[in-house]
Amino acid sequence: MLVLNMLLALAWAAVTGELSVQSLGAGFVVGYFVLWLVTRSLGESRYFAKAWRILLFALHFSWELLVAALRVAVDVVTPRHLIKPAILAIPVETSSAAETTTLANAITLTPGTLAIDISEDGKTMYVHAMYAKDVDSARRAIQQGLGKRVHEVFA
Amino acid sequence: MIAEYCALALTLSGTAFLLLAGIGILRLPDLFSRASATTKAATLGVGCLLAATAIHFGDLQVTTRALAIVAFLLLTAPVSAHMLARAAYRQGVPLFPGTKDELAEADDQA
Repeated sequence: MLVLNMLLALAWAAVTGELSVQSLGAGFVVGYFVLWLVTRSLGESRYFAKAWRILLFALHFSWELLVAALRVAVDVVTPRHLIKPAILAIPVETSSAAETTTLANAITLTPGTLAIDISEDGKTMYVHAMYAKDVDSARRAIQQGLGKRVHEVFA
Repeated sequence: MIAEYCALALTLSGTAFLLLAGIGILRLPDLFSRASATTKAATLGVGCLLAATAIHFGDLQVTTRALAIVAFLLLTAPVSAHMLARAAYRQGVPLFPGTKDELAEADDQA
């Protein structure tokens, strides 16, 4: 379905005779709606909800990235350190290795947190967090935030 | 006109993030905090700079290349940071005093 959507975007660019970011983007959006209209009569497809969730995840993640980066930035330039680090054991409910990898990468990419290790059975991730004054609320923040979003994308 | 200002703002914030990453290496107290502060700040910084480049030139070639660089950066940077941190932890690099360590507790039980 994604491939079809991309082909429609290419076709749109070809027909409009302009190969640019704008025309490809517009083609993708139009193609998305066309596919949605056409496949609605053929039965359910998981592509459409999934595309939305991936977009939401990307937006949410960019926002988290920015907030966390600013927080670390403030701490770096102010004289006193606010950090209270901890290595948290975080239970993860992932359905596949790809999902675990994505979650670990997302955690590591967020400033202030760093995935250090994962237990043998793959059910507990050990995360170094710079701001964990309250260990339990820091754990919950990661579980409810990134953990949930990643799970939605793969569900 | 608007694109110019966007590119300008992105370039400035990108370099600011890179500068902060550099200061972070100097000022943060232990390896793990340094690793978590700098890889991310650097990724964000380079991402902003590449976005600025794409907006400034505004053609398909530059944009696709910038997107590809960002994609590969997002794929590789966390993996290397994770491997460095894991190796450091297993080698016994000291944590910042007062760090609560649930991984050590789990290892003790095992």
